[in-house]
Amino acid sequence: MSKSNKPIVWGLFAAGGMATALVTPVLTFLTLLTALHFTPSLFTYECLHTMASYWIGKLIIFVFVTLSLWHSAHRMRITAHDFGIRSDLLIAIILYCVAAIGTILTGFSLLSIH
Amino acid sequence: MSERQIQIEVLRYNPETDIEPTIQAYTVSCLNEWVVLDALNYIKDNLDATLSYRWSCHMAVCGSCGMMINGEPKLACKAFIHEYSDRIRVEPLVHFPIKRDLITDIEDFIAKFASVKPYLIPKEKRPISDGEYQQKPEDLLKFKQYTLCINCMLCYSACPKYGLVPEFIGPAAISIAHRYNQDSRDGGRHHRQEIIASSEGVWECSFVGACSEVCPKHVDPAGALQQVKLASTIDWYREHLMPWVKK
Repeated sequence: MSKSNKPIVWGLFAAGGMATALVTPVLTFLTLLTALHFTPSLFTYECLHTMASYWIGKLIIFVFVTLSLWHSAHRMRITAHDFGIRSDLLIAIILYCVAAIGTILTGFSLLSIH
Repeated sequence: MSERQIQIEVLRYNPETDIEPTIQAYTVSCLNEWVVLDALNYIKDNLDATLSYRWSCHMAVCGSCGMMINGEPKLACKAFIHEYSDRIRVEPLVHFPIKRDLITDIEDFIAKFASVKPYLIPKEKRPISDGEYQQKPEDLLKFKQYTLCINCMLCYSACPKYGLVPEFIGPAAISIAHRYNQDSRDGGRHHRQEIIASSEGVWECSFVGACSEVCPKHVDPAGALQQVKLASTIDWYREHLMPWVKK
């Protein structure tokens, strides 16, 4: 038996799992607050835009957005398999392509913020 | 001592003569202190000597009386009658071929278990005159929980992945490999990695966690498999991104 190459995607999946577990509940809470017209001043559009204009801000947003994408892609691949869908390679290619495109788009859109 | 009339519904199957398994019901006066294994023993001794099942220790040590009790993988010697209603369904462990009644064919598990080299492979050969290997309590603590596995195979029955992909090496075998990998006296990790880091190894696991829920000895195989995944991922990045670093 040869060693699997799954660690590439599992590494991103695991890191993304940790990131989303820590950040997603906070984002959900803040979104809820915004929906109820209670936006803390630190989270106004201008504040977040300014954050994204700095390199460190771009990096933080990039890491969380892309890791979440790779995490979701891998999770959906496993879920498809658990549901009995056996065309694993095709599903893997589609989902990881979506994550890869999302990663590139995130990078470009962050770079366009000045 | 209180007694209850319990209907024990047992799956019966003899592959040599029967076309398909059937359910046979026995009514047994069970003492409240009994476990399901006691009821089966009563049936065997008093009602139907042809009933076949494995058991040995009656104290959750030997791991031979694993079976589906009301659809859940359990040790029959640990399933107390008072926790069940008046009708209990007993079937052989799922995901294994049936040999006879409640007895399953465990060859697949035995082969997988042996394939991960579940024994100490010392870093270097030492003569006996050098004395025993020394180990600190904190070294023992790293793997002690994984030594508690009794090979009862409940985790294989609980694991939906093993049901879907029979090639999966499975929870108990990977946990025992992890147990030896974590042992400070052992130097055989790279031998075991060839098996457990393959696609049929730990990477078939999707962390459902049912193995740890049914484990009667609280080994937590799911936890062991996650640790193996992390270690294998670190290995992969080292081998592919830093090939000059020695193992």
